[in-house]
Amino acid sequence: MSRFFPLSDNDRREMLRKIGADKIESLFSSIPESGQFKGTLNIPSYSEQELLDLFRNLADSNTPTQSFAGAGVYAHYIPASVDSLASREEFLTAYTPYQPEISQGTLQAIFEYQTCMCALTGMEVSNASMYDGATAFAEAILMAKRVGKKKNTVLISDAIHPHYRKVAQSYLENLGIRIKAIPTLNHKVDIETLSAELENEDVFAVAVGYPNFFGIVEPLDEIALTVREKAPKALLVSVTTEPLAFGMLTPPGEFGVDIACGEAQSFGNYPGFGGPLLGFLTTRQKLVRNMPGRVVGQTTDVDGKIGYVLTLSAREQHIRREKATSNICSNQGWCMLRAVIYLALLGKAGLRELAELNHRRAETAKKAISRSTHFEVVPGMSFNEFVVRSDTDLEDFVEHSVVNGMFPGVRLSKFGLAPDEMLITVTEMNTVEDIHRLVELMEAVK
Amino acid sequence: MKTLRGKEKTIFQMGGEGKRGMDLPKPEGLAPIAISGPCMRSTTPDLPDLSEIEVVRHFTRLSKLNYGVDDGFYPLGSCTMKHNPKINELIASLDGFKWSHPMLPYGMVQGTLKAMKMLEDALNEITGMDGCSLQPAAGAHGELTGVMMIRACLEKRGNPRQFILIPDSAHGTNPASSAFSGYEVKEVASDETGCVDLAKLEEVLDENVAGMMLTNPNTLGIFEKNIQKIADMLHEKGALLYMDGANMNAMMGKARPGELGVDVMHLNLHKTFSTPHGGGGPGAGPVCFLKHMAPFQPAPVVDGEGGYHKLDWNRPDSIGKVHGFYGNFLVALKALAYILSLGGKGLEQSTEDAVLAANYIRASLKDNFHVPFDIPTLHEVVFNDKKQAEFGISTLDIAKRLIDYGIHPPTIYFPLIVHGALMVEPTESESKEEMDYFIEIMKKVAKEASISPELLHDAPHDTPVRRLDETKAARNLVLRYGGGDE
Repeated sequence: MSRFFPLSDNDRREMLRKIGADKIESLFSSIPESGQFKGTLNIPSYSEQELLDLFRNLADSNTPTQSFAGAGVYAHYIPASVDSLASREEFLTAYTPYQPEISQGTLQAIFEYQTCMCALTGMEVSNASMYDGATAFAEAILMAKRVGKKKNTVLISDAIHPHYRKVAQSYLENLGIRIKAIPTLNHKVDIETLSAELENEDVFAVAVGYPNFFGIVEPLDEIALTVREKAPKALLVSVTTEPLAFGMLTPPGEFGVDIACGEAQSFGNYPGFGGPLLGFLTTRQKLVRNMPGRVVGQTTDVDGKIGYVLTLSAREQHIRREKATSNICSNQGWCMLRAVIYLALLGKAGLRELAELNHRRAETAKKAISRSTHFEVVPGMSFNEFVVRSDTDLEDFVEHSVVNGMFPGVRLSKFGLAPDEMLITVTEMNTVEDIHRLVELMEAVK
Repeated sequence: MKTLRGKEKTIFQMGGEGKRGMDLPKPEGLAPIAISGPCMRSTTPDLPDLSEIEVVRHFTRLSKLNYGVDDGFYPLGSCTMKHNPKINELIASLDGFKWSHPMLPYGMVQGTLKAMKMLEDALNEITGMDGCSLQPAAGAHGELTGVMMIRACLEKRGNPRQFILIPDSAHGTNPASSAFSGYEVKEVASDETGCVDLAKLEEVLDENVAGMMLTNPNTLGIFEKNIQKIADMLHEKGALLYMDGANMNAMMGKARPGELGVDVMHLNLHKTFSTPHGGGGPGAGPVCFLKHMAPFQPAPVVDGEGGYHKLDWNRPDSIGKVHGFYGNFLVALKALAYILSLGGKGLEQSTEDAVLAANYIRASLKDNFHVPFDIPTLHEVVFNDKKQAEFGISTLDIAKRLIDYGIHPPTIYFPLIVHGALMVEPTESESKEEMDYFIEIMKKVAKEASISPELLHDAPHDTPVRRLDETKAARNLVLRYGGGDE
């Protein structure tokens, strides 16, 4: 119990003497008697050794498994250098870089991250991070609302991650913003319905997934064209749970998207039961003053030397209070650091190769599964995840597979969607042998 | 703090084509690419091309331009920069935890769910609350969640109401969180003791008020002595009390918000519960609440009944989801490890030592720096630059001069109700030697202010960069490499 306390009893006595207090209790006399807690908090303490045992037991009571789980959180290989560099105390134990002279490491890393995210998404500006993809999505819509001023309706595709839509709903409903869902057709945005809904002059933004929740690469060119033709002032928002896809896919910026946001956990961060994650939000230069979150800019010091600072803080809560662009302050700095280290290691060639490896393994799985008896692959161009449909009971199938050491995919009924469909994600962590085992399990279904 | 070179090029100015820092499995025996048409990328994203050693050196050098808690004294007020125990990092990196996927069946993640439940229970014990949700990812996110719960609770009673009351000493996230929950903000002035002015509260409190966000101890480090009375006044009008628990390090084992009339609050696991700040997150901002607020907490809720843990999604009155999954689980693990390292008695000792340290610094420096609110404080002490102003020295100059002596500056210019505030929070993690060094340097700086003020004006002298032009940064926006002057 004492290893965290550098004060000795003698120190404590000397300090009390300096203060002029007779005992420690008198320092708490400002707490009214009726509000004082007289008991002892009922929490046990452990030595470091016992503590590690306790947590090892907990960690071991999670079942290790070969897995095809994705749906917003992805298992990718993380090079040892990422863990090693990110655990340097100068990064890990530092505060938000409010004192730039002694925080250039963090600030420059953010600047480099912002540059990498712009390159990936084809956008002009990136902020320093958001809590996660879901909140980045909600904040992107709030940002679009600020640009759209009096207009009050946002069109949100049903093919966006259901959790993201739930979070957006929590954020938007208290502010009286109207959400109109755009239904899917064959697991994609129904462009005809979208086009009809755009007749409504109240629409300030359209949000679509790219790739969408079902893994399908939406025809963003067609969608952008429709939005531009029908509602030239509405902002187009794209949301991505797996930005590794941008190693192969035309980035949102090249289609004229106004805000490209999503989840960047895939870059150097562990699944961690869904947190901490790394929300990203990128936009166009002309919208930057409406952007939420921290952002780093380059400047010079009194000697003319290049340096970096947090900038555009006039948008933020510590200056603007209730009129700020968001209530968010610092959030996923360390996850951002891991992402930029990861991307620096990957480089141009690595990014393309890794994207292709993910995609081609997923295509290999699609081919093998489409030859199976009880499963069919839902058609559509996809990156590294896709939907399968089955005539067998999927709950039984998942249970049977788990017993055999394999988690085969996420049932869409978990999200209140089709009970006969399952989302399968294939990354570089799933070998061809794993894919064959998955198909064997599928074939073993009665 | 110094590197051998003192500056580092960006990664985009290094490396060259053909280099790489990561090798991949070979794509043998795989189906061909099946993406075509306008969605097939034709451009190459401009990432750097570097070998592993170049990446390692780059980020190692960058790290040396930073200053962390492990480097030395870090008295940032309201930030609680305490020791980040190394065992916490090891625990959060156990394979069973870090690879656990949020969409696996509950039976496969029992250890994860149990750890979440253990932390919820511990936080309830510490706060005297009945329930806890780990979903909010940060303090401000916890505030937003808590105010959303207030709104949902009042909506259920028939009227969400219009205003949230916030003391003028509050952190900027409080009004922003209220606004993003659909409320208008009314500010309540502080009285001469730095606490909420009850007469002013009486004036603005009516049936249009949904609740009040109160930081306790407040941002001056002062315990809101009338908190129970404030709770009664609010409850009488059908309003609710939110407590910003950013300063919980001042009261563990000494007072429990659940017993003070607080309905809902948030905690900062990255402050009170030792998880590292990571250069700006990730932290975590769990909300704790009384039983009557439980129906409104974010969904899903961890249910550990009968020893089998699962997530309960059937929460009809819930505000919904505020995070894509279940919050910052790996951060929650570190906080739990910290709590169990100390136990109930140890947590109370943390609070005692933190309060002792702040009062020791206050007593040692009160003759050298002005203390604008001369009343007892708990875990932090707010000075200002009044005594130094006559030499043309501001709080900023004092802060920057401390850097020259290897000390991280205190929080400056906050709270806003103190002109030129210097807010010092030493935490329980500082040895007496470290504090004595800080005190000695502060006295020295006070002296320098009177005899050689230019030393302060020009500070810091010895850092990788010196004072930076923030106006230029905001005017000529350069937010990415090669992205200037657009």
